[in-house]
Amino acid sequence: MTSHGVTSLGLTSTEARNRLLLRAKDTMDRSFDRELDVPSLAASVGASPAHFIRTFKEVFGETPHRYLQRRRVERAMYLLRETKVSVTDVCFDVGFNSLGTFSRTFKEIMGISPTQFRQRFEPVEAVPTCFAMAWARPSSFGEARQEQPPYSDPTANEGDLADTWEGTT
Amino acid sequence: MITSINISHVWVFDQDEALDFYVGTLGLEVSADMEFGGAMRWLTVRPKGATDREILLEKVAPPSVDPESVGKIRDVITKGASGFAVGFVTTDANALFADLKAKGVEITEEPTKQFYGTDFGIRDPFGNRIRFVEPAKPSP
Repeated sequence: MTSHGVTSLGLTSTEARNRLLLRAKDTMDRSFDRELDVPSLAASVGASPAHFIRTFKEVFGETPHRYLQRRRVERAMYLLRETKVSVTDVCFDVGFNSLGTFSRTFKEIMGISPTQFRQRFEPVEAVPTCFAMAWARPSSFGEARQEQPPYSDPTANEGDLADTWEGTT
Repeated sequence: MITSINISHVWVFDQDEALDFYVGTLGLEVSADMEFGGAMRWLTVRPKGATDREILLEKVAPPSVDPESVGKIRDVITKGASGFAVGFVTTDANALFADLKAKGVEITEEPTKQFYGTDFGIRDPFGNRIRFVEPAKPSP
């Protein structure tokens, strides 16, 4: 991984690597609704795609793909909670290409379907949006169901994926 | 009774680099810059003319922080995991954004309209997260 202008700050090699990867992560945040372009992100930090994925996971605890999915679900949660945009439009707005993948991923992360989420949660008022979104960000795949946090639904596993298509248009 | 906030801090790794960024790039002014025995430098900045509140650009270094903790704090900041460091108010978010982008500042979020105004985000050279908001104008 090459320095790309971060070593002038007297950073150790580990810190310089962190900063480069953080830049790539910020790029993903800014373009979360677009296709994940690992080769170009890897090139931006002077690494091969495989090395980029490996070190990203080492630094941030998950692969770029997994991080992006969580980021998209975080954005979807915001849109479902704060707007009246249809679930289908939310799905495409946050970067998913198929409603099935969106519903499956959302349920996998949150333990409930997008429609159930919308029915249960009210807008978060009087808090800067970036802050509310970051704190509502799901922590990892599957944890919602295992640990029963506030967003989880004990009845969520009773139906199958077909439930998630209810009211999606 | 507590009446206001007069100072808060941002961790920095190099105070001269911090000065270049917070004053040279962001356009804040130095409100205090004092050295104490070569070991400590009290360096504060504030928006021009704003005398009620300062930001201490505090170096993460011994003796105020033990060496092991220095490494941990720097690691957290460079990973972008140190949270929301500081928020500024601006009269024109779009113009400020264009200026900072032209200066090569790292952008985390482009100007976005929110219920409270227009805001955007950047990082300082160390990884601290900074945000700017142009408050929404009150409805007539």
